[in-house]
Amino acid sequence: MIAEKKETRLESPLIFEKSVPGRRGVRPPAVPQADLTALLGAENLRPEPPRLPEVDELTLVRHYTGLSRRQIGIDVTFYPLGSCTMKYNPKVHEAAVALFADLHPYQAPETAQGALQLMYELQADLSEITGMEATTLQPAAGAHGELTGILTIRAYHASRGEHDQRRVVLVPDSAHGSNPATASMAGYTVQEIPSGPDGEVDLEALRRALGPHVAAIMLTNPNTLGLFEHQIRAIAEAAHAVGAQMYYDGANLNAIMGVARPGDMGFDVVHLNLHKTFTVPHGGGGPGSGPVGVKAHLEPFLPSPQVVRRGEGFALDYDRPQSIGQVKSFYGNFGALVRAYVYIRMLGREGIQRSAALAVLNANYLKELLKEQGYRIPYDRLCMHEFVAQPPEGFKTVDIAKGLLELGFHPPTVYFPLIVKEALMVEPTETETRETLEAFAQALGEVVRRGKEWLEGAPYTTPVRRLDELQANRKPKLRWEPSGQ
Amino acid sequence: MDYPETLKYSQSHEWARQDGDKVVVGITDYAQEQLGDVVFVELPSLGKTVSAGEAIAVVESVKTASDIYAPVSGEIVETNAALADKPELLNQSPFGEGWMFKIRPSQTGELDGLMSAAAYRQWVESQ
Repeated sequence: MIAEKKETRLESPLIFEKSVPGRRGVRPPAVPQADLTALLGAENLRPEPPRLPEVDELTLVRHYTGLSRRQIGIDVTFYPLGSCTMKYNPKVHEAAVALFADLHPYQAPETAQGALQLMYELQADLSEITGMEATTLQPAAGAHGELTGILTIRAYHASRGEHDQRRVVLVPDSAHGSNPATASMAGYTVQEIPSGPDGEVDLEALRRALGPHVAAIMLTNPNTLGLFEHQIRAIAEAAHAVGAQMYYDGANLNAIMGVARPGDMGFDVVHLNLHKTFTVPHGGGGPGSGPVGVKAHLEPFLPSPQVVRRGEGFALDYDRPQSIGQVKSFYGNFGALVRAYVYIRMLGREGIQRSAALAVLNANYLKELLKEQGYRIPYDRLCMHEFVAQPPEGFKTVDIAKGLLELGFHPPTVYFPLIVKEALMVEPTETETRETLEAFAQALGEVVRRGKEWLEGAPYTTPVRRLDELQANRKPKLRWEPSGQ
Repeated sequence: MDYPETLKYSQSHEWARQDGDKVVVGITDYAQEQLGDVVFVELPSLGKTVSAGEAIAVVESVKTASDIYAPVSGEIVETNAALADKPELLNQSPFGEGWMFKIRPSQTGELDGLMSAAAYRQWVESQ
């Protein structure tokens, strides 16, 4: 065990640094020389061959196997990253995706009826789960879904001649950074709404900010503190009274999936993260999937095409004159859609409800365990799928996170939401066992018991120790430069 | 933690000090400690007219990005160019070399409306 840890701490050279001129893993058979200049044009030919690493096959295999062993993921360890819903990705999904491996996005829809049926039924399932009346599967990820949703709202206001009048989007101060960024990208001015002492949106402040100049309110429910917004109906009524649209950020849907529906709360638009809530693998930059559901009055503005039922079969409907247009090449990240479809069909209505209930139970159990370990809970009441904690007095969250790495756990989200100092945002998800939750709570206690001196030096045995975050931010090295160039 | 007596303070953790006909503004020792190592400072443009309470600058640290609000209304007449290359001045000397910008006030009395050192210390301790 110790020997293995030592081995992983060795500086690992890049594959380029292992290169030896002339060394090969594979020697392909000779091919007749073609006249590339005639085929491609001289301007498209490289003046010299690309600098590719030259290694033998075994070196190559060891290099990448070694890198993969340094990887942290949900298949390796508990990953309680708040607001990210790092739940288990069932392996059966991969078998389902493989069934579609030979499908080509350019083939005629008549020859891809199974794929279209899957998309059609997934549109309907997601509409049912969110309480919406139509869903587009195109957006490639959560933030992309947000932009699609807000552009849909913008098109709706424009169709009513109210675009010039409605220039403001309201977001709570606990919002995910992508909400104000989305509103800003869509050309709106962002106004922040404070949270009240109970951690929920300050309804009176919201009412004061509302008016005929407001295009939309963007909210998550449960909110970023993991608390259910009890006033949500009143918020929606106040917004609708002045013609503003209610936007639901689906980041936290895992807590209420199958139990409460954003549509019933008064939301007009919802985006989902299939890569969080619906067990599509998450992290590493994708591919994700961020479907957007809307109420009927917004349906004409959704992206084109939509999958529709036509006669006995299914078709792609491009005849959408008021649509904001296509937002993604082809039809979205289809592999992600297959995984979400399989997940929903395997769980069914009861399974989905049970999943949400267990997510909430796990979060509350872990919250109580953390209190026993001396952690502080700034908004201490029954939470939903996640909660925000603070380390014991005098300890820094960044040190706690580094200490957890040493004990083999991925840390929770840190320093977010911004309204809680030294925040640790923990989301265990429903797929973790009681034993895992208890081991994690023990680890959080253990790093504190080891003391500040130990913590400030942690981690000790990870592939790299503490990184220089300051220099990484100020002078990032974004690529390897060959020496002597 | 430092709370210089000669300065006035805002609830959003800016300090302000009269300097001739200008008001010098920066962030407090408490603010820089909460932010952690500052990596980037975005300053307002010269000549910009600002109102008290308006977000006019951004400080980005390894932990977070935070808006900086104008403590008084007026015109931006000077900004601290040294912060572009040395944002760490905000951490090392928040009340000195780490000053951020100077405002020529358009209204009287706004500076006096800010908190004293003692009141600000109390505010910080209540946070």
